[in-house]
Amino acid sequence: MKSHVWRPLYVVIALAVALLVFRFFYVPNDFGSGKRGFMYSYHRQSNETEWKNQPAKYSVSGRERMHEYCSECHGEIVKVRSEKLHGIIPCEDCHGPAMKHPDNPEKLTIDRSRGLCLRCHTDLPYTTSERHRIPGIDPKTHNTGTECVKCHNPHNPSLEGMK
Amino acid sequence: MERREFLQKCILVIAGASVPLSALTLIDPKKVFAENPDIQWAFLVDTNKCVGCGFCVKACKTENDIPFDANVSRTWVERYVYTKDDKRYVDSPQAALNGFTDSRIDLGRGEYKEIDKANVGKAFFVPKLCNHCSSPACTQVCPVGATYKTDDGVVLVDRTWCIGCGYCIMACPYGARFFHPVAKVADKCTFCYHRLSKGLDSACVNACPFKARRMGNIHDKNDPITQIIMNERVGVLKDEFGTKPQAFYIGLAQEVR
Repeated sequence: MKSHVWRPLYVVIALAVALLVFRFFYVPNDFGSGKRGFMYSYHRQSNETEWKNQPAKYSVSGRERMHEYCSECHGEIVKVRSEKLHGIIPCEDCHGPAMKHPDNPEKLTIDRSRGLCLRCHTDLPYTTSERHRIPGIDPKTHNTGTECVKCHNPHNPSLEGMK
Repeated sequence: MERREFLQKCILVIAGASVPLSALTLIDPKKVFAENPDIQWAFLVDTNKCVGCGFCVKACKTENDIPFDANVSRTWVERYVYTKDDKRYVDSPQAALNGFTDSRIDLGRGEYKEIDKANVGKAFFVPKLCNHCSSPACTQVCPVGATYKTDDGVVLVDRTWCIGCGYCIMACPYGARFFHPVAKVADKCTFCYHRLSKGLDSACVNACPFKARRMGNIHDKNDPITQIIMNERVGVLKDEFGTKPQAFYIGLAQEVR
């Protein structure tokens, strides 16, 4: 065959080889399909471990393990909370994430804002929703500009427990 | 050929032809194992219990470093309001990060719709998140292999590998993916994979005061979540898309998709 056929062909072959060499070094060794096959799990395996090693921020104050972590030190305060009312709310919802507390942060930043209470206690006219069972106020008329915790005790919110 | 011999051969041919083709295919142990690994995470949402407080959204954004002021979220809560004159409204202001503190419906672009108290028929809240589908459309379309499904059923994004093309964001029928404004990659709910592997509940499950959100191993028959999914009436979102979602909903209405 004549050289005008071979020459461009060499270029193409060289490019293909260059691409394969580049790919060999660039694509990580653990790249491959998982048990779910190429369509759903073609990925870099070590990324799973990377996700697993992310640090957690919230501890276990959720409903499943009710205040387990907090009551180790703050047992008295945790007990004060009436289980019927605010006892269902995880401590960290208002007190902030506490995975490394008391080391870091030493003192948690408590959210005392009106907005926090209004999440549940804004009066919405939805009689068919669970929301209806929670006492609600109109935020535009009910002691505007004042923090709710000035009068209401968030740990024991019954009206008899008003400050 | 004798008549006896002919009949014998006929019976043999009929018997052979009646064996279905599928009976002859070899079983791939890898495939069988993938369908039945020990752990398969599933989510259960009880819409009857949700009051729209948005603590889940706040906890998720805090736990996973999603900017509060950006209008993106890995999980969100929708409010459905049906009026007595047969109109339906849905909204989710800022993904319900601060809950629902306004009785007006957020129509977007700064417009709000006031609904007369007496006109409200029924209303409810629906928390949403990534469905971690068994056949996820989002992982199929990824051109670089940056998003994938783990063996225990969680769909993840490889942040070092994602090129931010946005195919997966378009492919998800549930709108569960978004572009992370800080990491500059596609982002989505991970079922708090870092918490699950440490034996903790996901941030949203941990934060929910009403047990509207729960998570369990659907391959463990004795898991309380599996028991509910097996024995009670649960639904999934957009079943017709064939993505086989792994987030199950109690009390689903047909308007919720």
